[in-house]
Amino acid sequence: MIEVEHISKIFRVSRRNSGFKEAAKALFHREYEELKALDDISFTIADGEMVGYIGPNGAGKSSTIKILSGILYPDSGTCFVNGRIPWKERKAHVKDIGVVFGQRSQLWWDVPVIDSFELIKDIYDIPLTTYRNNLEELIALLNLSQIIKTPTRQLSLGQRMRCEIAASLLHEPKILFLDEPTIGLDAISKLAVRDFIRKRNETHKTTVILTTHDMQDIEALSKRIILIGKGRLLMDGTLDDLKSVKAEDSIDEVIASMYRKYDIA
Amino acid sequence: MKKYVSFFRMRFSTGLQYRQAAIAGMSTQFVWGAMEILLFKAFYEADPSAFPMEFSALTSYIWLQQAFLALYMMWFLEREIFDSITGGGIAYELCRPLDLYSMWFARNIANRMSKAVLRCIPILLLATCLPKPYGMQPPRSLITFILFLFSMGLALLVTVAFSMILYLLCFYTISPLGIRMVAFSLVEFFSGAVIPLPFLPDGIRQVCELLPFASMQNVAFRIYSGDLSGIRGYGAISLQLFWVVALILSGKLLLKNALNKVVVQGG
Repeated sequence: MIEVEHISKIFRVSRRNSGFKEAAKALFHREYEELKALDDISFTIADGEMVGYIGPNGAGKSSTIKILSGILYPDSGTCFVNGRIPWKERKAHVKDIGVVFGQRSQLWWDVPVIDSFELIKDIYDIPLTTYRNNLEELIALLNLSQIIKTPTRQLSLGQRMRCEIAASLLHEPKILFLDEPTIGLDAISKLAVRDFIRKRNETHKTTVILTTHDMQDIEALSKRIILIGKGRLLMDGTLDDLKSVKAEDSIDEVIASMYRKYDIA
Repeated sequence: MKKYVSFFRMRFSTGLQYRQAAIAGMSTQFVWGAMEILLFKAFYEADPSAFPMEFSALTSYIWLQQAFLALYMMWFLEREIFDSITGGGIAYELCRPLDLYSMWFARNIANRMSKAVLRCIPILLLATCLPKPYGMQPPRSLITFILFLFSMGLALLVTVAFSMILYLLCFYTISPLGIRMVAFSLVEFFSGAVIPLPFLPDGIRQVCELLPFASMQNVAFRIYSGDLSGIRGYGAISLQLFWVVALILSGKLLLKNALNKVVVQGG
């Protein structure tokens, strides 16, 4: 159960014009602009739900994920994940969640993937039998048997992403945050990742929150969509709600017209 | 505790992979040690009475320093930790049920030890084979040797605890370069890596010996070579203990403060 109530976060961003003179001026006087990354966001997600969290670049998607995973402190508002405030009880909280940041890696670069998995086993204190069962299942479903013997640096992006997802599920988290898990993947890898996420949600009842720019991800995976832009929550509904805006267009166009409508593009 | 041990093991075994770096490092350190000893010999011959250490104590000091360079040189820092702070990779590390400080600490100790283990034995062996007074002398007594080992351990803890502060300051400065440059030169001079601390003039030396930097390699190597013994040796070890505790506490405090306002950079 995830309950987010009136969360706001402001970042200070330094701005200046181009040129040497401006750079010299910035030595003495810096102009900061306050950027509302999140502005009074509230929503509730039930156990076992799969939610697509979408919005244009800079909308505040990653900030939300970071707050929900306990890495970032909001300026105001509260949030409970399984009854805990993530940033207050970080260590207890993170045992229950799995996180994949599509643009970063959690695997050790120079050693075979299986060594990273073993380390994760110790980090989360996963009992040996549980670990073996989970590993076996993940290897079978994500087709990893050969890949895990390879050092991370020699994997293709698609192979690495499959390993990243496996790494975040070894400790059987109840909630899985996926921050752009399909970014940069080819068609086959995308299909494999989507298929896996859907099955995981069905069989393990894992709550999944997924941010993405790929509308096919959304179409394939989530019934519920939360749309944010410029830090504000714009829509919380189903894919059909979104489509009803302009039924005849493709989902990408619908989203684009939503962005224009709310002036957030 | 087990998780930190696993972390240690992982980093240690990764560190052992770099054989070529170890060979290159060893030859550099051996030549460097030899040149340094020749340089000090010139001073010694000019005026033995002005020399603050025994010549054989100095050579042992230098060989130990070269053999265990990886344990105590400030510039053996982990780039990955700086990168994870400035680049945002720290996001993943914060998603683990781990104490960040202990994890990075274990990782640094492992990294330094894996480098030192590969390099120290050949250098020490070679240095022992050199003729007196240029070679490495055996320790004066068993007690000296035990104190030396104990002090070496403390020195490693002081060095890593100080490096932790350097890493953590990056939460505040974005670029780690400036801090690193200043810290390297400071530590190198005040820890006795450039010239052993007994060579510093009176007044300055007494102050330097109280600084945390003197609790790094200085104490251990001087205990071994007999330059620090008896009451002065125990005093120096107590000071090392004090700095271990003080630096670890300030590091933890700094981390706590940093995490309260951490901004994970980039997307």
